[in-house]
Amino acid sequence: MEILELFSKIGIYATMALVLVFALGVVALRNLFHCALCLAAVLIGTAMIYVALHAEFLAAVQILVYVGAVMTLVIFVIMLTEHLGGKTIRQTNRQSPAAIIGLSGIVVLLGTLLMKTPWPVTAKALDAKVSVMSLGKALMGTYAFPFEVISVILIACLIGAIVIAKKDVSEKGPS
Amino acid sequence: MIIPLQHILIFSLLLFATGLYGVLVRRNIIGILISIELMLNAANLNLIAFSKSTSLAPETGQIFAIFVIAIAATAAAVGLAIVLALYRVRKTVYTDEVNLLKW
Repeated sequence: MEILELFSKIGIYATMALVLVFALGVVALRNLFHCALCLAAVLIGTAMIYVALHAEFLAAVQILVYVGAVMTLVIFVIMLTEHLGGKTIRQTNRQSPAAIIGLSGIVVLLGTLLMKTPWPVTAKALDAKVSVMSLGKALMGTYAFPFEVISVILIACLIGAIVIAKKDVSEKGPS
Repeated sequence: MIIPLQHILIFSLLLFATGLYGVLVRRNIIGILISIELMLNAANLNLIAFSKSTSLAPETGQIFAIFVIAIAATAAAVGLAIVLALYRVRKTVYTDEVNLLKW
């Protein structure tokens, strides 16, 4: 058991390092299609960490919704708009050094705060097993109202996205 | 909990900072949307880590992570639709070339 735990620890830290490398790829690569593929790798790695945290249902939702749906959407839009770009156009603006300095300050500040705060770890939460059934009961019981609001938002956004993205046939846009 | 909570929080902080860097620096609107997805992902990771270690009702964090995922999907759909409409009208996807309302 000891050695099994050691191996799972090593696996989790390796996954974290890999996810960070791919995240750097998402923000730093020039070709946007490669960025999208790196984002898919980041999302799958995060799903693996969810599994390590005993949130299996969330991992499945993450794979289905993010890697399945959102990534497909992103890749479609990249392919619809890519050909004007070419590889020679500058992909970043001139704020990169200032952004790096400011963000490293934020990271150092928040990191020291995170390490110094004594997070209360309750034994009850550590022992709890969150099954899909208890998630469903909470979703339909305590959180029924937010659930309905989310579904209304979802349908409104889908209709809105179709209306925004469809071609205007009645009038020609300014050229 | 196999690894301490602080390590997960530090990891998600780094992920969030990477996404924020992408939002600040990218010129391409689709790149900015992708970086926003990174930031939402880091927030989800925090929610699940806290629900595993400190919360009183263990489902709460996961439920809110589900809500965040749903909102992120709608944000991606609407944002990419706006990008498509913008590309159709202005023939560009770069933020500094969209300056119709700027003077």
